Amino acid sequence: MSASRSSHAWGLLLTLVLAACGGGSPGSGDDVPTVRVGSKKFTESVILGDMVTQLARSTGARAVHRRELGGTTVLWEALRRGELDVYPEYTGTLRQELLSGRKLPDDAALREALEEEGLRLSAPLGFNNTYALGMKEAEAERLGIRRISDLLAHPELRFGFSNEFMDRADGWPALRERYRLPQRDVRGLDHDLAYRGLESGALQVTDLYSTDAEIAAYGLRVLEDDLHHFPAYDAVLLYRADLESRAPDALAALRRLEGRLSEAEMVKLNARARLERTPEAQVAADFLASTLGITAEVRGESLSARIWRRTREHLFLVAVSLLAALALAIPLGVLAARRPRLGQAVLGLAGIIQTVPSLALLVVMIPLLGIGSRPAIAALFLYSLLPIVRNTAAGLSGIPLEIRESAEALGLPSRARLWRIELPMAAPSILAGIQTAAVINVGTATLGALVGAGGYGQPILTGIRLDDVGLILEGAIPAAALALLASALFEAVERAVVPKGLRLRAESESR
Amino acid sequence: MYELQDVSKRFGATQALHPLSLRLPTGRTTVLLGPSGCGKSTLVRLLNGLLIPDTGRVLFDGKPLPRDTEALLPVRHRVGYALQGGGLFPHLSGEENVTLMARHLRWPAARTRERLATLVELTRFPADALARYPAQLSGGQRQRVALMRSLMLDPDVLLLDEPLGALDPLVRHELQGDLRAIFARLRKTVVLVTHDLAEAGFLGDGIVLMRDGRVVQQGGLADLETRPADPFVTRFIQAQRPVPGGGVVA
Repeated sequence: MSASRSSHAWGLLLTLVLAACGGGSPGSGDDVPTVRVGSKKFTESVILGDMVTQLARSTGARAVHRRELGGTTVLWEALRRGELDVYPEYTGTLRQELLSGRKLPDDAALREALEEEGLRLSAPLGFNNTYALGMKEAEAERLGIRRISDLLAHPELRFGFSNEFMDRADGWPALRERYRLPQRDVRGLDHDLAYRGLESGALQVTDLYSTDAEIAAYGLRVLEDDLHHFPAYDAVLLYRADLESRAPDALAALRRLEGRLSEAEMVKLNARARLERTPEAQVAADFLASTLGITAEVRGESLSARIWRRTREHLFLVAVSLLAALALAIPLGVLAARRPRLGQAVLGLAGIIQTVPSLALLVVMIPLLGIGSRPAIAALFLYSLLPIVRNTAAGLSGIPLEIRESAEALGLPSRARLWRIELPMAAPSILAGIQTAAVINVGTATLGALVGAGGYGQPILTGIRLDDVGLILEGAIPAAALALLASALFEAVERAVVPKGLRLRAESESR
Repeated sequence: MYELQDVSKRFGATQALHPLSLRLPTGRTTVLLGPSGCGKSTLVRLLNGLLIPDTGRVLFDGKPLPRDTEALLPVRHRVGYALQGGGLFPHLSGEENVTLMARHLRWPAARTRERLATLVELTRFPADALARYPAQLSGGQRQRVALMRSLMLDPDVLLLDEPLGALDPLVRHELQGDLRAIFARLRKTVVLVTHDLAEAGFLGDGIVLMRDGRVVQQGGLADLETRPADPFVTRFIQAQRPVPGGGVVA
């Protein structure tokens, strides 16, 4: 009976922790509508997201921008769950990827299918950002390659494609099929790294977007899609239908972007952000001012203010997930030590969780917990379990038989043996497990930025996108410092918590 | 105090104890004697419920020993237990080891202090060493702390499993003398396990000689010498006599 009561208490604690990190809904008591904007983790999407945010604000609405979310599915799920109201999308992505099972013939069918999900499309913004293949101009000239069909004559070429292009139905597999391309040396990598690969000669052909800023900057030739393989990727705004009733003014303002962005304009905006390193918000504001006559204030944040804010976000992710993991993992470790067979099952399960790639775990969490800190905390919580469970169980099982027997023979009840003898003796092992979990946790939490949880991962993500080492270091250095700090903290805790008699023993054994 | 009726115990393929019946008289010191692996340690663990017999039953004070761990607790408070090396809790000081149960049972501080002073005097333990941790104590001191710990609740029975096993000969000799004095003073029911014939004769009122999970003979040392029940008894005694012709092995 006492066991069920204590498990009830743990459950309550977990609920509290999850509620604490939920943050509640952004809507408040007054009538000011809130528009939640999302963007994907590439520059064009972030610029469009900033435009949408600023336009919504210009009508007096409250607008929040969840920047650089990790992947199309993350945004799609968040929009369907109502955690986002609007984000920039491409018709090709919707038809070929998100709704690829529906075989939608045209945009009218697409609108109909979206209506069933409670989602709507704006009219096209004006540019078509479709896939294309590109090579260095000089190399293409030397080999005489102008069209994708010309690649057939050069099977030795090294291809490097973005991971998304490698996997998606209309990406590399379909392209290879269509043109019967013979190349074998094909690898998947991050889109932003592909340009550097071309520059260094490690790659010769990569996939591009037709509005990429780098086409001009790197001197690339866009190969003609002579078989018309790639579908249209018209940029649109995808929004929830309820926005029409909830924030009609803001929606009307957003739709002023329709037809206003040509491909040339978009390449220029992308180049300003990517190559001149102008903040996306500024690029967006300048465009809105010159094209629509809307002035938006762009707030800058000092370096120290940025780092402090991200430190708070990062610490929040780490602290909440670690505390929740402690609350569950230590009892599980005790259980594992007392019931070895059950313990094997518990450790096996925790081990399996550990092998799930963190990005996959984060994405799996989104349908359950949405975007933001919640899925990140849940994933970090799961990752923290194994080291703590294993070290707790190992610490308890390592207690010599004569000591366990002595405690039992004294007539101490089981619970008192645990608190007075077993846990204090296992303390060094348990603490080492918590320390391991904390250090792993600090590092893994940087991935939280992919699901909108913020933290030190945000500048790392932006830095990779913009090829800006300074920005990457702005996240990486504090993250490394925090990991070292966490490690040092637990060493101090160990000195305070581990009973003196045990430290004496360790010293006499090491002599 | 104890009566064992047809008690047996098996570990896997090994029959540690064959069915045996035995009475352990109140207020006397009984020594379980025999070579290693004879089942004497198994037998002593049946007496405080650390092990549960496969067959038969153990009567304590006329009543069968409960199997339920919760119900065993009051029995264990009446049965002190100390084993080879002391089994001290390394994270607790000597004093904390001794007074652990008193704290658990929420004795008033004065009562604990008084009892501790009595035990320190009884076991001739240096009082200034009470604050030390087991890692800082000598082997003999650890054994004295273990003895104090087992006597803290003033139990009716004292079970000692090879208490002097790991000590060097001088310390061992000194502690044997002290133990005999303590047994004589307390008049408790003591069950002591050893493989040392001289120790058995010196400390025990009666000896139970065991071999391969069976009792070979029960009686005084003189009985074993003059009326051996079995050639094994004589061999066991002979093996522990000094070497003939001076007793010094060159």
